[in-house]
Amino acid sequence: MSDLKLPIYFDYSATTPVDARVAEVMTHYLTVDSHFGNPASRSHAFGWSADEAIDTARGQVAALVNCDPREIVWTSGATESNNLAIKGAAHFYQKNGKHIITCKTEHKAVLDTCRQLEREGYEVTYLDPETNGLVDLNKLKAAFRDDTILVSIMHVNNEIGVIQDIQAIGELCRENKIIFHVDAAQSAGKVDIDLSKLKVDLMSFSAHKIYGPKGIGALYVRRKPRIRIEAQMHGGGHERGMRSGTLATHQIAGMGEAFRIAKEEMHAENARFLALRNRLYNGLKDMEEVYVNGDMDHRIAGNLNISFNFVEGESLIMALKDIAVSSGSACTSASLEPSYVLRAIGRSDELAHSSLRFTIGRYTTEEEIDYTIGLVKKAVDKLRDLSPLWDMFKDGIDLNSVEWAAH
Amino acid sequence: MPYMTGIYGNPSSVHRFGRLTRDALEQARVQVAQCVGAEANQVIFTSGGTEANNLAIKGSLLNQALASIAVSPIEHACVLEPAKAMAKLGWKLDLLVVDDQGRVVTDHLKSTMTAETRFVSVMAANNETGVLQDLAHLVEVSKSVNPDVLFHSDACQMLGKLPISFKQLGLDLMSVSSHKLYGPQGAGALIVSRSIDLQPQILGGGQEKGLRSGTENLAAIVGFGRAAELATETQQARKEHVQKLQQQLVDSLIDQPGVTVFSSQAERLPNTVQFSVQGIDGETLLMQLDRKGFAVSSGSACDSGRTDPSHVLLAMGIDDMIAKGAIRVSFGEQNTSEQIVQFIDVLAQIRQQFN
Repeated sequence: MSDLKLPIYFDYSATTPVDARVAEVMTHYLTVDSHFGNPASRSHAFGWSADEAIDTARGQVAALVNCDPREIVWTSGATESNNLAIKGAAHFYQKNGKHIITCKTEHKAVLDTCRQLEREGYEVTYLDPETNGLVDLNKLKAAFRDDTILVSIMHVNNEIGVIQDIQAIGELCRENKIIFHVDAAQSAGKVDIDLSKLKVDLMSFSAHKIYGPKGIGALYVRRKPRIRIEAQMHGGGHERGMRSGTLATHQIAGMGEAFRIAKEEMHAENARFLALRNRLYNGLKDMEEVYVNGDMDHRIAGNLNISFNFVEGESLIMALKDIAVSSGSACTSASLEPSYVLRAIGRSDELAHSSLRFTIGRYTTEEEIDYTIGLVKKAVDKLRDLSPLWDMFKDGIDLNSVEWAAH
Repeated sequence: MPYMTGIYGNPSSVHRFGRLTRDALEQARVQVAQCVGAEANQVIFTSGGTEANNLAIKGSLLNQALASIAVSPIEHACVLEPAKAMAKLGWKLDLLVVDDQGRVVTDHLKSTMTAETRFVSVMAANNETGVLQDLAHLVEVSKSVNPDVLFHSDACQMLGKLPISFKQLGLDLMSVSSHKLYGPQGAGALIVSRSIDLQPQILGGGQEKGLRSGTENLAAIVGFGRAAELATETQQARKEHVQKLQQQLVDSLIDQPGVTVFSSQAERLPNTVQFSVQGIDGETLLMQLDRKGFAVSSGSACDSGRTDPSHVLLAMGIDDMIAKGAIRVSFGEQNTSEQIVQFIDVLAQIRQQFN
């Protein structure tokens, strides 16, 4: 336990540190002795070298997901990409219909955008996932209507890490001439993506989930067959009119480098994450009343979402001050509502409340995993000792049959 | 740098990593607020000036019944384009008139505005000519016609060059950007007075009090905050430095035959000179200057892929041919007086080539 540094970070799905190699590339585009020009300045050398950097980054992002660099539109992050994809396509194709299909476990950036479109007169079907977190293709097919214009299903879920079958969903959508958008913020660099084979029309990416900087993302917009979107931010006409605003050269260069590293190291890294994840899982799974949330097979290597029955999630997080984990996604974690994702896969409020999401990343060590197993076990045991519900459970009382007196 | 590799939490996370970044975010909010004379809780961080302008216009109008808006014709495209988008939705769009120096004509504003005018947008300082508007006066005139009108100003070019106070000017909305202030690209803010019911344009996650979702670009925002703080401290010194250079350049240009210096009779930003040389197309001139090592621009960087004459100069009634020759020189604290002398020399050489 010589060089174990506390607190330990297990929240790589919320955000990642910038890889030192990425930071190094970014500094080249920031300060005065470097390439700080505005890439839209076509008229001078400062602008040109910034433009070159952006072309390079566009190529690097495209290479990871095997698409044409011209299909990449820079945005300020995956939230904006999701907004642009969904509103942009819905507005552009509204003459073809006003029905959209998505899933209840999507990120808020997708769900809130769909809610907004409902206020504008669109109809949205929110599919229920199966208890393993995956979308049933038959249920999806059953939801198709003549006026369905768009399906938005995320590739990897941010809370439970399950991987949807976007290949099959894409085929279904294409057969029915429906545009298919995929939020890939949590999958790029973690799962193989080949856009030359997938029937995906729009795909959202983020840099800060794979060791790039915050504040930069991209939207893939298919060229063949051509997909059109209505711009959501106007002025300047950057990104072929699809997204205006000065491009942040250092951020884009950083995202490119992060994607380049991901392409090179993803497979080796996944093998390592899987070993660490399984070590953590094996260390916890024999405790009483623990439940893994989401499918264990169709799941990214670095995610373990696990509920400890009879323990209150917030107290557990408080008791685990030495590790940084989340219960529910970061964006909603300031609220005390149980995770809507866990509710959607059929978990009770109690189990949803007592969930922890561990996400493992580039800097996680075996030592950290072992330390954490001990820490979690101790904290759960201690909290259960204080819990009258736990006592009742141990005495064999079926808590569901208990009629609680009103306060 | 520490916010990229060292302090890397997501500001929305409840754990220690998240808390540290949240504190940094709030500190930056205070720094930006102090720089622009606003309260910290009036600052909404965005991905830059373009997004701030889009949010200001669409966010305050999309939930209102159709009426009319008035916008100056010399605005940046990221104000003009959203304004046109509103016009497409059925809003009446009135373009204000500017005089030959590029200043909004007050009488015209007064006669254009009606009780139906919900929104006025006039930039604080123009990005091409550098001309300054008398915002306090324009706000007063607008509110005298319709006390409920929202007055927005794009202050992206103003920030860090001259002091500006959101509160004192009586503005309702103001857009600012980091990278024109020696801060990093990728961060900006919309300053919003508390009485406005703004409709968010990017949804999901509920950051920035629900007004702008998406994980905050922390490193850029912290850089923005620090740049804003430095600007407040060093603005005066920087202003004196660039103003001297500006004066030196204008003095050398103004008497040259065939040279037009734009907005020379008006109050301008201390760092900008826009001029045109008769007989040489702006694009050509700047390619020549670039070959000799001078990076200048023909106008707005965003429009520089195009060769149309500047909409700003045309609005001022400048002749097409003269407008086509326009180049913009803008100074920073790294420029020197010797560079100006060299620039004038090189310009003379180029003019000789073209004669």
